[in-house]
Amino acid sequence: MNFPPTHYSAVREASSSEAGARGRAWDRLVAAYWQPVLRYIVMKWRVEESEAKDLTQGFFAAAIEKNYFAGYDASKARFRTYLRVCLDGYVANERKSAARAKRGGGAEHVEVDEALLAGKNLDEYFREEWVRSLFGMAVDELRALSEERGKEIAYRLFAKYDLDDEGHDPEASYQRLAAEFGLPATQVTNHLAWARREFRRIVLASLRELTATDEEFREEARALLGVSLGGSE
Amino acid sequence: MNVDRLRRVISAPDVSGTRYKLLEEIAHGGMGVIWSAIDTQLDRKVALKVLPVWDGQRDTPGSELLLREAGVLATLEHPGIVPIHDAGTLPDGRVYYAMKLVEGRQLADARAGASRGDLLRLLQRVIEPVAFAHSCGIIHRDLKPENVMVGAFGEVLVMDWGVAKLASTGAESGVIGTPAYMAPEQAAGQNDRVDERADIYGLGGILRFLLEGQVIPRPLAAIVATATAAEPDSRYASAVALSADIARFLDAEPVSVYRERWWEIVLRWTLRNHTLLLLLLAYLIMRGLTLFFLGR
Repeated sequence: MNFPPTHYSAVREASSSEAGARGRAWDRLVAAYWQPVLRYIVMKWRVEESEAKDLTQGFFAAAIEKNYFAGYDASKARFRTYLRVCLDGYVANERKSAARAKRGGGAEHVEVDEALLAGKNLDEYFREEWVRSLFGMAVDELRALSEERGKEIAYRLFAKYDLDDEGHDPEASYQRLAAEFGLPATQVTNHLAWARREFRRIVLASLRELTATDEEFREEARALLGVSLGGSE
Repeated sequence: MNVDRLRRVISAPDVSGTRYKLLEEIAHGGMGVIWSAIDTQLDRKVALKVLPVWDGQRDTPGSELLLREAGVLATLEHPGIVPIHDAGTLPDGRVYYAMKLVEGRQLADARAGASRGDLLRLLQRVIEPVAFAHSCGIIHRDLKPENVMVGAFGEVLVMDWGVAKLASTGAESGVIGTPAYMAPEQAAGQNDRVDERADIYGLGGILRFLLEGQVIPRPLAAIVATATAAEPDSRYASAVALSADIARFLDAEPVSVYRERWWEIVLRWTLRNHTLLLLLLAYLIMRGLTLFFLGR
């Protein structure tokens, strides 16, 4: 697995003067952050899903129109953190405007102080949603890649074993999968190795795209993946 | 979608097609991740050290350090240094090396309940591989309790030679090591001044750690103070010299870095010759009793 010599960064390209590049970068950023932003708004601002969807839509529209991310400085914070700060500012303003429109209705936004939910603070919650989104995109890409390469069986095995968490006893699980798919166990191992390798490559490439610098990439990778998980393989 | 499972799929080294079969992650540090694995060709357990997935590609600084560590381990054949079996690149592009799987305790656990004499003898066995490395021109630079393992049969192993350097090589930039056990010149990033005496400082730190919570006699305190002196010139000149002083202390002989007062000399002489003194005392008592009864 090798990284391309010049690392494309959607974060950097989002402020590009070239419209096509800017559009592609925004597509990528919106795809990666849509769900985390939506879930975060629901969680932090305690709004209905439909209102959160409107706010998410509005946030990205405003971010593109006003080029929010042009002011991002990778040396000061992670892009994910910067985006969340922008998002908080945007939602706070929107809710203030909405309260004013109601003219004294007293419906000021209430920033939820109970940050802890299920043992996680909001930053952790946003990060976990972002990881889920990143992995979800990577799974979709892996599915497309396996179809393109005629390796659908590898994807199906990966989905069965790694997405559905088939079990912790690899030997037993491989035998079960081999019987289920009518394959020798060695082929199950080979297919899974291919799918995992590609999945790993796709996730890391996406992470590179969604960070501005090498340093930020490494920090994000460490934060997202550097978790001791143990277990058997 | 099980996010933790997928995290693990990404982080776990890809050993497909190699002689290794992963078992479990056993340690996770800044320099790399250690997994236990089975070497299927020799049917034995080994430890695999690999760099994190975002750091481990060939030609990155991290992979150079890992390969350098493998080279150092290959050079240092000593019972107190974990032997390396193999090194290479995994299918996912990460460099790795395989070494003996050490199943033992860390120094903190081994310390519990041990007598001062046992602890000092333990330190001597930590010093042995370090002194050997020094004789090969290699400085560990990260000696600390966490990097010492005591095996199931009492064998002592000095681990993690990841930041070791050849004494003859030039200075590197930056601060390397663990602050709490780092010699001042190393902490200050004066790497051209870092030599074997930086390891003496680390050994002194380990000695202090071993003696925590104990009343330390003055000569032993002087050994600790000398080993951890701020100025390299004020420390022991070699690991062997430190070990020799500890041996002297254990044998109740005068140590080289402490000038005893007369009563301390008497006390030490008494302790050292307590059997002889007891025999002499018993003789005198018997003699006195004999004279007493004969006189009646």
